[in-house]
Amino acid sequence: MATKKKNGNSIVDQIRDEASSVETKVNRGAKPAMKFPIRSLQNVKYDPKKGFFEMRGRKKERTLTVNTVKTFAQTLRMMSLSKELVETDDIATKREAYYVSKNWEEARFKEQPESDTVMDDVEALFGVNREQLGFIPEEKGGDVAGQLVVIDNDPSTGQPLRIDCTKFGSGAYSIPISVEQLKFETKAKFILVIETAGMFQRLVKHSYWKSANCILISMGGVPTRACRRFIRRLSDDKRIPVYVFVDGDPYGISNIYRTLKVGSGSAAHLNEFFCVPKARFLGITPQDIIDYELPTHPMKEVDIKRAKDALKNDPFFLHHKAWQTAVRQLLKMGVRAEQQALAKHGLNYVIEEYLPNKLANTKAFLP
Amino acid sequence: MKKGRASQKGGGTAQAELFGEETSSEMAEQKTRGSSKTSQLKVTKKNRTPSPKTPKSRGVHKVAKQREISVSEFFAKNRHLLGFDNPSKALLTTVKEAVDNSLDACDEAGITPEIHVAITQTQDDRYLVSVQDNGPGITPKEIPRIFGSLLYGSKFHRLRQSRGQQGIGISAAGMYGQLTTGKPMTIVSRVKRNKAHRFSIMLDTNTNLPVIKSDEEVEWESKHGTCVELELEASYKSGRHSVDDYLWQIALANPHVEIHYTPPKGDARTIARATKVLPAEAKEIKPHPRGVELGQLMKMLKDTRARNLSAFLQTEFSRVSGKVASEILAKTKLSEKTSPARAHRDAAESLYKAIQSTKIMNPATNCLSPIGDDQLIASLMERHDADFCAAITRPTAVYRGNPFLIEAAIAYGGKSFSADEPIKLYRLANRVPLMYQKMACAISKSVIDVAWRNYLVQQSRGAMPVAPMAVLVHIASVWVPFTSESKEAIASYPEITKEVKLAVQESGRKVATHIRRGRRLADQEKKKSYIEKYIPHIGIALQEILGLTDAKRTTTENNLKDILEKSRKL
Repeated sequence: MATKKKNGNSIVDQIRDEASSVETKVNRGAKPAMKFPIRSLQNVKYDPKKGFFEMRGRKKERTLTVNTVKTFAQTLRMMSLSKELVETDDIATKREAYYVSKNWEEARFKEQPESDTVMDDVEALFGVNREQLGFIPEEKGGDVAGQLVVIDNDPSTGQPLRIDCTKFGSGAYSIPISVEQLKFETKAKFILVIETAGMFQRLVKHSYWKSANCILISMGGVPTRACRRFIRRLSDDKRIPVYVFVDGDPYGISNIYRTLKVGSGSAAHLNEFFCVPKARFLGITPQDIIDYELPTHPMKEVDIKRAKDALKNDPFFLHHKAWQTAVRQLLKMGVRAEQQALAKHGLNYVIEEYLPNKLANTKAFLP
Repeated sequence: MKKGRASQKGGGTAQAELFGEETSSEMAEQKTRGSSKTSQLKVTKKNRTPSPKTPKSRGVHKVAKQREISVSEFFAKNRHLLGFDNPSKALLTTVKEAVDNSLDACDEAGITPEIHVAITQTQDDRYLVSVQDNGPGITPKEIPRIFGSLLYGSKFHRLRQSRGQQGIGISAAGMYGQLTTGKPMTIVSRVKRNKAHRFSIMLDTNTNLPVIKSDEEVEWESKHGTCVELELEASYKSGRHSVDDYLWQIALANPHVEIHYTPPKGDARTIARATKVLPAEAKEIKPHPRGVELGQLMKMLKDTRARNLSAFLQTEFSRVSGKVASEILAKTKLSEKTSPARAHRDAAESLYKAIQSTKIMNPATNCLSPIGDDQLIASLMERHDADFCAAITRPTAVYRGNPFLIEAAIAYGGKSFSADEPIKLYRLANRVPLMYQKMACAISKSVIDVAWRNYLVQQSRGAMPVAPMAVLVHIASVWVPFTSESKEAIASYPEITKEVKLAVQESGRKVATHIRRGRRLADQEKKKSYIEKYIPHIGIALQEILGLTDAKRTTTENNLKDILEKSRKL
């Protein structure tokens, strides 16, 4: 991953090139156009050797017409803002960028999702990470506890700073937005990535990382880019396996686990860096629901749709037979089970029985 | 008014034994009224004893239980059939019957109608209704039967377009008033060059005969006309289904009428006429062979004066020439020379079948008097001040041998409408607005049946369309097929629903053109403003990124404007 400084000039150059081609076309009397990669699951392919969703390269051309003139103007103004940020070495959060647009009179964005979309378009147009454009997300990266020392730099002095993740007590270390500068020291045997903050709290409270000699990371829903990148760098640097523990429902499987492992469809140009191909699925599997006699809830309409969609359109599930079987099994059962459902057998059943049982046979984990 | 055939027996001396024992003999026939001429009411004093021919005669040995029912008694008990189900509807029906009669009378006499309607509250639940017209007036001899006897009238047996058709309306209102207040109806009428008469009349429900309480010559300021006054138990409401709404719609359906209205509450008002053009006179026609049923045909065969079948067909029916008559008879085993009186049942049946399979020209259309496209548009514009108005008159069509004609008009846009409410639907039958039973009516069903989205009008499945719009549908016919005696909804004959749909669709297309034109203009306007709004921002962004000079930025913006405007025109 290239750093901001090193790439700064080339981003400005790219913005200038794009603007210049628009300007030239207009003054030649032709309709200007910009080519954007299509940001959807339809436009990605899955190569298990590479281990992540890769863009297929289909693009949509946005020609400047009466109907597109508003978006076109907004895209250009967003590019101009990005150029200014990069040149002055400043940053703006996505929300701040949205507020900056409020000064653009008629071209302003009504709601933040509109400005986020334009930002994502610009990001994909240049094939860069939004941090390289000077934009940063507000979202938190995730929490870490366990056998790990993170080496960061002190923002004021630039001196190396050792952060021991065993020393946060009942709290945790928070993954920063940019993780490229971090270095790691660890002797842990594996990384356990957890969907919910509640389960993470339980494992931290009972110092599960100590007995299992591992690193615990809480994603809090779909993992952010920073969280994905952190896990990826950590596991690559230290060559340790990553096990994922999420709810046994289509959201946990297809949204959270799949995004962590192979990336997303909407920012596919970045998946190469923001994914964890090594990740394996610990649970909760559909078979777990039966084996551990877990209490369930009926699947909702959206769950069923999500599962069917995964089977039909998602290149990751289309590739893995084991996953197809599992998702079909879940659909057939028509139920879902949360991580916390294990509490049926006692609050600490997950620590004493479930995790040790599962970890005894990591080869059986779903891909 | 129901200027009926003069009655020699209109008994001015009949005793007012309202609830006496004696019964009329004719009631059994009233139920078959719709299809047969036999229903002509021949109530006379002679008939006041039970006739041995009546179907009920087999019950003679049980006299105490089996009894004739008089027409009036029947309707007094079944007042809902005539539109008197509740107090507010009773008020509306009373005004409606009186106004319908006035308009019919004026139209027949070729007089531009001017009608005064006044309603005053006399007690908590009692109202005095007075309707006065400038019609030709009624001779004193006819007044008692017209107002004091049900099913007496001039309109039932003829085939001609008129508002009233049964001879029930105004006398039923009088009967209702009498039942609820015990007071007689007052009629003042004056025929040109004669003195005015004031009658006070009640109705004997047992005998269906008028009882004259008083009859005096009076001075009257009008040269001719009729004024009906009666008191009844009622309640006055405003809004939908109100007298106000009805009069407003009457004016819509009859652009040539002027109405002066004094409501029980609030100020008197005048609804001015939208046109001075009188409707074309509607001619009376003979029945069309296709519209006659077997029983009626048999009766006509019996009653005719024609000497042979060929002459019978030609004289008693419309659209039957000598050639058509031979064509019909050739399909039967009957001779043209056969005497109609001797044609037995089987002969009548073969004749009936032959008529059905012979091609006969459609009935003449001069018996119908449509409102007319121009009048409809003038009327809707006068009442609604809409942005756009279109009207369609369909060619005459036929159901069951009765000619009818559909007119439709649509008013779109303007201040009087709201865009997110269902359309306003006016249902008119022979120039009379239909106020109740909207969803039972063939007109409403047909309007809902139209695929309004094709005409750029919102509509959910099976519901009235939603648009800033009024739809008016008028059916003109010599015999309008109502679903009940109170004349509130049109029966769904397939021929009628088809014509209504065609008329509404045709006017819908015109409205769609109007809407499309409006949208196109708005669209162009929007695109133009789009270009002007956003091009400067492209200029600003390019200037910021490329460091353009102000001059260069202006040229770029202008070039861009040219490119976009050119492409818009293409």
